[in-house]
Amino acid sequence: MAKSTRFIVYTVLLIAALFYLLPMYVMLTTSIKSMDEIRNGSLLAFPAAISFEAWGKAWSSACTGIECSGLKPFFWNSVKIVVPAVILSTMLGAVNGYVLTKWKFKGSDIIFSMMLFGVFMPLQVVLLPMSQTLGWMGLTESVWGLVTVHVLMGIASTTLFFRNYYVSIPDELVKAATLDGAGFFRIFWRILLPLSTPIIMVTFIWQFTNIWNDFLFGVVFSGSDSKPITVGLNNLVNTSTGVKEYNVDMAAAIIAGLPTMIIYIVAGKYFVRGLTAGAVKG
Amino acid sequence: MATQKQSVSQKRFDEWLPKLVVAPSFILSLIFIYGFIIWNGYLSFSASRMLPNYEWVGIVQYQSLWDNDRWWVALKNLGIFGGLFIGVGTVLGLFLAILLDQKIRAEGALRSIYLYPMALSFIVTGTAWKWILNPSFGLEHLMQSWGFTNFTFDWLVNSDKAIYTVVIAGVWQSSGFVMALFLAGLRGIDDSIIKAAQVDGASLPRIYWRIIIPSLRPVFFSTIMILAHLAIKSFDLVMALTNRGPGYSTDMPASFMYTMAFERGQLGVGAASSTMMLAMLAAIVVPYLYSELRGYKKNG
Repeated sequence: MAKSTRFIVYTVLLIAALFYLLPMYVMLTTSIKSMDEIRNGSLLAFPAAISFEAWGKAWSSACTGIECSGLKPFFWNSVKIVVPAVILSTMLGAVNGYVLTKWKFKGSDIIFSMMLFGVFMPLQVVLLPMSQTLGWMGLTESVWGLVTVHVLMGIASTTLFFRNYYVSIPDELVKAATLDGAGFFRIFWRILLPLSTPIIMVTFIWQFTNIWNDFLFGVVFSGSDSKPITVGLNNLVNTSTGVKEYNVDMAAAIIAGLPTMIIYIVAGKYFVRGLTAGAVKG
Repeated sequence: MATQKQSVSQKRFDEWLPKLVVAPSFILSLIFIYGFIIWNGYLSFSASRMLPNYEWVGIVQYQSLWDNDRWWVALKNLGIFGGLFIGVGTVLGLFLAILLDQKIRAEGALRSIYLYPMALSFIVTGTAWKWILNPSFGLEHLMQSWGFTNFTFDWLVNSDKAIYTVVIAGVWQSSGFVMALFLAGLRGIDDSIIKAAQVDGASLPRIYWRIIIPSLRPVFFSTIMILAHLAIKSFDLVMALTNRGPGYSTDMPASFMYTMAFERGQLGVGAASSTMMLAMLAAIVVPYLYSELRGYKKNG
């Protein structure tokens, strides 16, 4: 390729990079500016004096409606929802994928195809029946209600991930183990699971980001003490009492995005694989 | 004799064990998918208002849905948003993927930069863009302070333009992901085809236009499917960026459903609107799943 074309290619790629980085830059710099500087300065200016006051406020004393305890309680709610929901749905997906590939039975393919639709179904369809069901189960006001919903709605995608991964593991491994007298669980535990690290990572990241970033279920099914971080952030930003503090809003947005960003940075390879696997194969 | 009997029942148990293990999650997910679809469908034909009411009233709720001006706004917005979100997202993603495919030095870093928005929730994204697009401090203010005093950019608070700000934030969020899909597709293309075309004297843009892009058809198919599916479901971004406003000018089917079912006490209309969303989604997903599953059979 000619030198001039290469130059253009690099320029375009760099401009694109600036476009993608702009919101992150603006969020970060705004969050460490004072309100005076925000009012008088420019959007892109680097802060004259760096202050983490807005971060402290966003975390523990900003108002989200009538309550003024910052994002802290919401953050911990999200942790309490995400941890059990991710572990449970990943475990169920692993076992389901194992049965669907190594212990196929009559009708298992049909059930799998039917479950696949659950990955795509608009969740609005389940909102009304689900809120009734959670009410009957007495789970509407607790984090366990959201854990239940996320596990139920996550089974389809976790099963899909493990199913697609286990298909590529030779059946002969399982057959040989059966001849040696190994049972159902022993084969799973000793043969399949030790080979599953990559797909466990993918499923874990997929479920973690989806559940952490969920807003719809959070806003519909949570009670006053079980609202997740996305709902907390939205309430904080839309609270109209008092002077609007953009630096606090931006700090809050970063706090809400931090856990998934950390995963993206630490396990980027698996993150991309999860995205594309979830996309191309359903 | 006794041991033989035991081994028979043992064998039967072994046969049933896998089924028993998956039964709960199969049954639960089928109930929570299809059972709830039917339940929600029934609600849409019921007299439900503030509370569920299982009296059958026929298509009354659908009539009031289609008579509702707000539902038409939501559909029109879905058309605008969906069209631009899919179109711009696909073109931008493909364009970046092609550029990145030219043996670029910092490819890994650039790829990570393009893709990171996908890790963030739409609520975070919406909050950030709401600040950037805010007329009094954001882009408009910035351009004016740079000397472009006539520059106006008040789309966020302009009810005719606000839906386009949702497009900006939506494209920002997901085009990197489209880029990743196309890049994977490009890497899967056999180099020798391109080499052969080059030997024949074809220029690089021509090779892309005539050979490479056409061979990416399956990737286009998945990409458009996924983006359409995201567009129909999009709720968080609207709620965070514009909160359906100004007025209800940026309402979309998903936020319409939420408003009716959980704010206005119109459960029946809400159920009817979600049934319509299901129909739209099924129209694009069922053919896709069908072809994917046929693929599974072919590949064993």
